[in-house]
Amino acid sequence: MDGYSASELANIFAMQAFAGVSLFSVFVLMALGLAIIFGQMGVINMAHGEFLTIGAYSTVMMSILAEKYMPSFLPYYFIFAIVVAFIVAFGIGYLVEFLMIRHLYRRPLDTLLATWGLSLIMQQIFRSAFGAREVSATLPEWLMGSWQPIEGVDIPINGLFVLALTAFLSLAVFIFLFRSRWGLKVRATTQNRLMAGAVGISTPMVDRITFALGCGIAGVAGAAFTTIASTGPTSGSLYIVDTFLVVVFGGAGSLLGTFASAFSIAQAQSVMEFFMSGSMAKVLTLLTVIIILMIRPEGLFSVKVRK
Amino acid sequence: MAVALGAAMLLGTMTAASAATLPTAQVNTTGLAVTDTTVKVGILHSTTGTMAISETGSVEAEKLAIEQINAMGGILGRKIEIIQEDGASDWPTFAEKAKKLLENDKVAAVFGCWTSASRKAVLPVFEKDNGLLYYPTFYEGLEESKNVFYTGQEATQQILAGLDWASRELDAKTFYLVGSDYIWPRTSMKIARKHIENVLKGTVVGEEYYPLGSTQFGSLINKIKLKKPDLVFGAVVGGSNVAWFKQLNAAGLTFKKQPMLTISVTEDEVLGIGGENVEGLYSSMKYFQSLDLPGNKSFIDAFKKKWGADSVIGDVTESGYLGPWLWLRAVEAAKSFDVDKVVAASPGIEWEDSPHGYLKVDKNHHLWMKTRIGEWQKDGQVKIVYESDVIKPDPFPAGYQ
Repeated sequence: MDGYSASELANIFAMQAFAGVSLFSVFVLMALGLAIIFGQMGVINMAHGEFLTIGAYSTVMMSILAEKYMPSFLPYYFIFAIVVAFIVAFGIGYLVEFLMIRHLYRRPLDTLLATWGLSLIMQQIFRSAFGAREVSATLPEWLMGSWQPIEGVDIPINGLFVLALTAFLSLAVFIFLFRSRWGLKVRATTQNRLMAGAVGISTPMVDRITFALGCGIAGVAGAAFTTIASTGPTSGSLYIVDTFLVVVFGGAGSLLGTFASAFSIAQAQSVMEFFMSGSMAKVLTLLTVIIILMIRPEGLFSVKVRK
Repeated sequence: MAVALGAAMLLGTMTAASAATLPTAQVNTTGLAVTDTTVKVGILHSTTGTMAISETGSVEAEKLAIEQINAMGGILGRKIEIIQEDGASDWPTFAEKAKKLLENDKVAAVFGCWTSASRKAVLPVFEKDNGLLYYPTFYEGLEESKNVFYTGQEATQQILAGLDWASRELDAKTFYLVGSDYIWPRTSMKIARKHIENVLKGTVVGEEYYPLGSTQFGSLINKIKLKKPDLVFGAVVGGSNVAWFKQLNAAGLTFKKQPMLTISVTEDEVLGIGGENVEGLYSSMKYFQSLDLPGNKSFIDAFKKKWGADSVIGDVTESGYLGPWLWLRAVEAAKSFDVDKVVAASPGIEWEDSPHGYLKVDKNHHLWMKTRIGEWQKDGQVKIVYESDVIKPDPFPAGYQ
């Protein structure tokens, strides 16, 4: 890195640090819902990516509606779109649990196949309903461009927005799981389903709400990703591999592990991307994860449970 | 049939229209699906799966061309019937469907394939069964088959003219190459690097590939900011494309500050990216929707009439439109549907007012065509800033491999 002035390098360093944090927030956002479904309930939901897509399409629909009927509302619609994305994804998740998942709790391998089939069906429904071409939501002006704290440093505003949303959502999930009565029931069911049932917790209802909540969070993630990328029928499936990677690497069942794993994978990848090509960085990240998982198969943070 | 032929001869009017009277036995000696009134052709694209995004436009254009040919009286007096198959974005499925079209349906020609991978998958089938494929996508070159006509650009037609223009007009000396990680961008960048280093005497300050579908480009954008190349030369495709431009824009790297030339952005992509994110970007293509040519005007009118007023038409869609018309000309010149005769009659076919202007079929089955540089505007259309001479296709460029 010769021939660059100290201030130039400092600027790049600052922006590079933000690139890492930004990637971290994206990872957390997409993994949070799955961490609840896969981590807490043990359901391998291959259709998780499609719930992201549902959130994204809801946002796009909202943007079209806002543009058509309430142009003056356009600067603020995005906040409402996120709420709508949550509600729609939550509702569909609720239905999917009721119609399909609850019959398969004792058959994890069948769940994998069934949800994978569901993901293909959903992709084709998106394609038939919204067309095969990718679409974009119209972003309000305040979400575009960059913020310049000092000359030469550009921090993307959509990155900041995703970061803030991630922080908010993480806090909400934390309060829900660890500070509310519902969270207590969820954790009790996770730890010992029979005992939880015996003390009067309606475990099927807990399952349904937990699953739907995970899907709703995926919907919010999908809405947030419309600020980063476009939306197509298969957009969600792009994220599924990374999502599982983050959750498994962090240790299924541990929310803290999900954060730690998202942070380390994001930082490793963004630093390596800076010094080598993007594909090579990805390969090295995956290789490191595989080696660590070989040494610690239970992931970074393992929850001690009686088998 | 013999009576009809005799009547035509008696009248002595063997014009193109009366070619209709040519008996089936004469125009079809190899058992293709040709009757006295119809001829079957295949359309083989992905209408499901991840590639449906890109291939839909080609299907629409091919159907439009066939409908127009039928409205003009068909081909050798026979109406074209379409058998459409779905490759489902899966390369073995493409091969299987190609086999079905050629061996069961005996189609006279197939219009189809989009990715190089799908073309490579069907190529052995077409060569074995002696089929005829019109392939619409701009691609990496390094291929020539008796059974395939390539109606898009091979790599040098798109790249060399574009780089020459950037070197001359933008005074570009340092270049940063960015692409998605698969065969087309890698081959294209290899050609670009050779041309930059050996012909333009410039420097390549970076060359990067990102996995297909990648949506995080923060680190790459920082590297570009640090190196400050005179030109970023890009071939990022698909969903990644959208993320890439949105993030460039969000990072304050507008194309006024950082000129960028791409070979992968057409009107179709801009629909997803949004015009405001590509304002000032340059694309190197043979066709843009805003080309002010008589052939283009009638093409766009017909396309919008059939497929909706807000359709956008990109380079590959236009290439798809060329296929059936080139086949029509070759068949009429050969006065036969036999693949060997159609192939033999094809080289040298000229078309003055195609939607992108003059074109000619070369002996190597690619097209002579112009390359244009377009500057993207906020409304998602381009302003054409440069137009080359007609360029000879050169799928195996010497010194670039």
